[in-house]
Amino acid sequence: MTTQTIPQELDGAELARAVADIPLAEIDVARPSLFQSDKVGTFFERLRREDPVHYCAESAYGPYWSITRYNDIMAVDTNHKVYSSEAKLGGIAIQDMHSDQSNLELEMFIAMDQPKHDAQRKAVTPAVAPSNLLLLEPVIRERAGEILDSLPVGEEIDWVKSVSVELTTMTLATLFDFPWEERARLTRWSDVTTAIPGAGIVDSFEQRRDELIECAMYFKGLWEQRIDQPGGTDLISMMANSSATREMPFLEFLGNLLLLIVGGNDTTRNSISGGVLALNRHPDQYDKLRRDPALIGNMVPEIIRWQTPLTHMRRTALEDSEIGGKRIAKGDKVVMWYLSGNRDETVIDRPEEFIIDRKNPRQHLSFGYGIHRCMGNRLAELQLRIIWEEIQKRFHFVEVVGEPERLLSNLVRGITRLPVKLHAH
Amino acid sequence: MVKVTFVAHDGRRFPVEIASGMSAREAALFNDVPGIDGDCGGQCACATCHVHVDPSWIDRVGCLSDGSMEADLLQFAEGTTEESRLACQITLDDRLDGLVLHVPEQQY
Repeated sequence: MTTQTIPQELDGAELARAVADIPLAEIDVARPSLFQSDKVGTFFERLRREDPVHYCAESAYGPYWSITRYNDIMAVDTNHKVYSSEAKLGGIAIQDMHSDQSNLELEMFIAMDQPKHDAQRKAVTPAVAPSNLLLLEPVIRERAGEILDSLPVGEEIDWVKSVSVELTTMTLATLFDFPWEERARLTRWSDVTTAIPGAGIVDSFEQRRDELIECAMYFKGLWEQRIDQPGGTDLISMMANSSATREMPFLEFLGNLLLLIVGGNDTTRNSISGGVLALNRHPDQYDKLRRDPALIGNMVPEIIRWQTPLTHMRRTALEDSEIGGKRIAKGDKVVMWYLSGNRDETVIDRPEEFIIDRKNPRQHLSFGYGIHRCMGNRLAELQLRIIWEEIQKRFHFVEVVGEPERLLSNLVRGITRLPVKLHAH
Repeated sequence: MVKVTFVAHDGRRFPVEIASGMSAREAALFNDVPGIDGDCGGQCACATCHVHVDPSWIDRVGCLSDGSMEADLLQFAEGTTEESRLACQITLDDRLDGLVLHVPEQQY
């Protein structure tokens, strides 16, 4: 059996046995279908045990290393002088940036090394600084309340569409001070940025490029209105008025915009959906939450660990090095599987379980570590905390009433549909 | 044992004691001092144990060194000063007995 021929219907112990029969050298965990079927965890479990730094010689993305254990991932993530994020070397995802002729050569600070990364990141960081978030909290809370109050009780609804997408889009529109009635455009651009052509969102690289250029032109209009009007606290005003970012070339401007849109959208959206799923699969934890809503602050980072909204980040080795006893050559593609590290039983106690009062819940890899660590981590936590506080005020049970549908992607761990029924107190 | 006093943003003082050789991050977390998150587990990887060393102690503790991981991370933190350090990078010993550290309002 190979990675490709694992039957769809296998699960649990049967799946583990089938995966155990695949020759190690043939294991390719980057196949998007393994994420859509949510079977990839069984592969990671085997790699962590038998070959934690795993070389895959042939894949749709060329040869690559899989780093699957928590501590090895931490070591790579914090060694930015050896493991580069530079877009021209391939960037930050297993799919190379700048690899397709019809693609855009986007530039964004997440895919830059020092010193340019540092200057650009510093320019936009204040927008998500804790002090700015305090100003944002009442706005987010009010909007979360409005969304929840508008939902029908006792009817089947799609939680993703009705809540997760709505709430994150509203927050993002607030951060950009984006024209309110047009905010659905932000969701679309976020989806288009990470879409694989043909997987349901866009049909071709050309369509993707055209839509992203449209996005850039739209933002350019906002930018021109706000440039030379210092004092604006939205992200566009900050970028337009900072010396590090105001003279950015077009593709860098678009790249950094998309980074902020995707960073603030997909990830939080999927954590909001993932939390509902996790509580439904662990009813004892849901009971614990009902008894003690003060656990929400602790539950939020546990949701982010359990969901792991970005499955991986990728680096390119700038020199020969060694990870977990394996020799990594200069130029090699190194993939840090956060989804696997967050299930590493040698670091995290009972990692498969969702435990809302876990000790040290922030000890997880979902935000990455080192200089590229997620800039919006406290904003993400804030949004999740508020929405759960508002949900608990209103509903006794957000009941999942059907199977979740997942995104075909090896990067975004996305839930595209989650049928639920709401039960009032 | 080494004595360390953490001063919260609102002025509350948290005097604690910890064995020599431990870090200031551990001194805070083991004694439930609020305001120090320390997400990464003390590996100088997240900048959520940011403290301001009291000016009277900065010479003994030492400032950030340019180009270090600690400096790379702290440049993105909010409200940094000349006295900013990561508590996980301050190892406590007898020389630092009586150290005073100020905790910022928020960690990133």
